[in-house]
Amino acid sequence: MAERTVSVASEVGLHARPAATFVQTAAKAPFDVTIAKAGGAPVSAKSILSVLALDVRQGESIVISAEGEGAEELLDELAKIASAP
Amino acid sequence: MDERETTGTATAMIVKTTAGDETGTRPLAGTGVSPGTGYGPAHVLVGEIPEPDKEARHDGDAAAERDRAERAVEQVAADLEARGARAGGEAREVLGAQALMARDPSLAMEVGDLIEQGVAAPRAVFDAFGKYRDLLAAAGGYLAERVADLDDIRDRVIAVLTGLPMPGVPADAAEPFVLVAKDLAPADTALLSKDVVAAFVTEQGGPTSHTAILARSMGVPAVVGCAGATAIAPGTPVLVDGASGQVLLAPDPARVAEARAADEARRAVLSAATGPGATADGHPVPLLANIGGPRDLESALANGAEGVGLYRTEFLFLDRETAPSGDEQEEAYRAVFEAFPQGRVVVRTLDSGADKPLAFLPPPEEEPNPALGERGLRMFRRYPEIMAAQLGALARAAAGVSAKVQVMAPMVATVEEAEWFAEACRTAGLGDAGVMIEVPSAALRAADLIRAVDFFSIGTNDLTQYALAADRQVTAVAGLQDPWHPAVLDLIALAASAASGAGKGCGVCGEAAADPALACVLVGMGVTSLSMGAPALPWVRAALSRHTLAQCRAAAVAARSATSAQAAKSAARAELPGLGALAL
Repeated sequence: MAERTVSVASEVGLHARPAATFVQTAAKAPFDVTIAKAGGAPVSAKSILSVLALDVRQGESIVISAEGEGAEELLDELAKIASAP
Repeated sequence: MDERETTGTATAMIVKTTAGDETGTRPLAGTGVSPGTGYGPAHVLVGEIPEPDKEARHDGDAAAERDRAERAVEQVAADLEARGARAGGEAREVLGAQALMARDPSLAMEVGDLIEQGVAAPRAVFDAFGKYRDLLAAAGGYLAERVADLDDIRDRVIAVLTGLPMPGVPADAAEPFVLVAKDLAPADTALLSKDVVAAFVTEQGGPTSHTAILARSMGVPAVVGCAGATAIAPGTPVLVDGASGQVLLAPDPARVAEARAADEARRAVLSAATGPGATADGHPVPLLANIGGPRDLESALANGAEGVGLYRTEFLFLDRETAPSGDEQEEAYRAVFEAFPQGRVVVRTLDSGADKPLAFLPPPEEEPNPALGERGLRMFRRYPEIMAAQLGALARAAAGVSAKVQVMAPMVATVEEAEWFAEACRTAGLGDAGVMIEVPSAALRAADLIRAVDFFSIGTNDLTQYALAADRQVTAVAGLQDPWHPAVLDLIALAASAASGAGKGCGVCGEAAADPALACVLVGMGVTSLSMGAPALPWVRAALSRHTLAQCRAAAVAARSATSAQAAKSAARAELPGLGALAL
């Protein structure tokens, strides 16, 4: 199981356009990808509604996890999106 | 919701043939509020999709029901995406995000689970969306605002599953449609254009309803107060006469051709009248446009406006978290001033209040009667810094432009208020300050008020509302909302004569000025300029050019001698023979 912890940098948090880009990227993976707030329950990173409902604000940390062929690369890509200002 | 339930039977009643009627269908009738002929298929606007029955179960084939649900979701998502692609820009992003929500895999899983348990697809969709709806609503702020997007998707999917008409107004169409609704809210109509709407027909509303004002500003024919309109079957071809108020369902082609030919002839008469507004004997009456911002200038200029008689500045302030900066205001004002180098521009200062609340100007408390509350100039007394910023931006924008810039305050009731506002304008460096006459007290004591200011502009919509104590938002009293009422005409005459006695101008910028017959009466009462939604300008110009000042005066006397709005209108029309050629 690969995992990344990232601080969300966008001013709007993980909402609006950053959230859409994040979810669309996760949805490309053939395996499950999850996202959780630090210490919170993980939800599917492919679900825009679940990601929005986490209500991740600027400066908050998220944990993204995945397992499978290419998981490391995908998590790097997702971490980059989440940490982009 | 109730009207939906009756749709089937009522439609059958209307569309099934009525013996002896030339069109085979029964015509509907309402009040024509925006002249012209419109023809197209009916698009019936659905207010709300009813909640699917809690107990509804499918027939046992869960796989087929899941498939049905998935196809409905995909149809809605693809439609949202396609509309976004056609619209481009910001709409593309907003609709794309909605499509992403529709295709949410977690949502699909919830829907599937419920269907496996035997729940019928529409109810499964309703419940699955409900879970996320609650999550978002609970988060508040930006997320709570997404609830409306989610509800819209849910309603669209349920509409597909249950065969109900799609909620909302289509932003585009293969051919222009006739938009039929119970009533229209600003949110329904924000994206509409003349290219897609052939005509409006609403069941409720009067001459000053949102629909009527919007239709006139777009130059689209409209009939309001049309009983039975929402029972028209979606897709029925409808012929609308926005002058007489007649609505024909599935008319025969000859009838449509005839109506279109008559419309052409009328437009030819219209285009024959050009140039500055004047009566047949050359008495000048400047014809001005009502605008909400620079985007309305094109239509104003195309319709021959000689200036702007009402610049509604609140459009700059609505729907935002903070007040626009001084620079932003200055730019929007200057753009309008520069469009009329030889003309005048009358700017109305911010007209907000409990019915048009602004996020950054919180109303002090809940008002049971917003129309009688802290609105217009009264709001400025509470927030003088907002007034100072607006007047300052206006003064900077007015510096160095050749247009005659005039500034006026809404909702003025007393001499003291008029003096306070005029003083603030002069302090800001604005030399031409006026007040709107909308409150009966201001009209009754117009002779006192005119000493404090440089001009009047009569807002007939609010003046009528206050004179007859009939709330503009309350459909049940729409019948009283008629500027032809002799009591309203008397108040207008008082204001106009007070202004002319002082050698000052008195314009009218309410919807009354857009009624060609009433416009003649207003001129006959001494009103010196008329301002209206730009598409009405050619009609009013033509009506004035066909009558002398003496005829206008005779029409005014006749109208004020009547004892009801209807009688006043008839009496005035009898003195205005030139309206006939305009088929008005």
